[in-house]
Amino acid sequence: MRAVVAVRPKPGILDPQGEAVRGSLRHLGFAVSEARVGRIVDLELEARDERDAHDQVTRMCEQLLANPLIETFEIEVKP
Amino acid sequence: MTGRAAPGEAEPEEAVASAPRPRVAVVTFPGSNDDRDAALALARLGAEPVSAWHDDELPPVEAAVLPGGFSYGDYLRCGAIARFSPVMRSVAAFAAEGGLVLGICNGFQILCEAGLLPGVLRPNRSLSFVCRDVAVRVERPGTPFTSRCAAGQRLVVPVKHGEGCWYVPEHVLPALERRGQIVLRYEQGENPNGSIADVAGVANEAGNVMGLMPHPEHAVDPLLGSTDGALILGSLVDAARSRAAVPA
Repeated sequence: MRAVVAVRPKPGILDPQGEAVRGSLRHLGFAVSEARVGRIVDLELEARDERDAHDQVTRMCEQLLANPLIETFEIEVKP
Repeated sequence: MTGRAAPGEAEPEEAVASAPRPRVAVVTFPGSNDDRDAALALARLGAEPVSAWHDDELPPVEAAVLPGGFSYGDYLRCGAIARFSPVMRSVAAFAAEGGLVLGICNGFQILCEAGLLPGVLRPNRSLSFVCRDVAVRVERPGTPFTSRCAAGQRLVVPVKHGEGCWYVPEHVLPALERRGQIVLRYEQGENPNGSIADVAGVANEAGNVMGLMPHPEHAVDPLLGSTDGALILGSLVDAARSRAAVPA
């Protein structure tokens, strides 16, 4: 089974990388008022069904893939 | 003044011959690069450094140092992968029993990720790697890591990091301040990374685990511009020695 995890800086947390990207985009002439940079983790995993996959990936996020102090995560399971 | 000590040997003027040399582990993770400097500094300050490998148990020691570097390539988040190294289980157990643990730079990041210290280290606000001497102020003397320092003492110690911006949610900070967990703060105008409340070094609630971004092990020889780091590592050696002296 495949799963995609999107890890993002929490709302309200200063994201210096996003700020730099926003600055560069504005420099290129794009009217961007905000940019936030996160990361995508593509996973291939063994799971009984979609629910099991979702549970497993949630635990992966809680233990390793995201730091709850500063990041949020969103999971998409693809059969 | 005698000649320079070879690596791993104590300078005669620092190590009092009669003082026992407490054993202090220096943990090497894949990508650690300040482990040898830390061992050298500890030896010069009168300790017996003991190498500990990331996939081993912590050997019997009076204190442990997690040195700087780029463990596991800083992948995912700094320290996030190293915290699952086998050695970290015994570091956590050692800390839970009151063992002294000091994390420097990447070691600080690992201790935060492992939940042994509050907060997390984020990319510097400037997004630049910063490598220079900074001045820090001792906010809390009298800890096992600052017993040789006076309250408010100004220490000059180098930093070299890209992700040293210590962060805790705003509402958590007052409790940490109240409990005296903020041990070191960058002097005004010296904050190299944008850390919240200018924090440079923080301890756990029990006070036996501390992490800091500046590198005391790089400031123990006048040749390198400052010996203020010896006050921090020397305090640790003193504390480790007094623990070694307590009969089990």
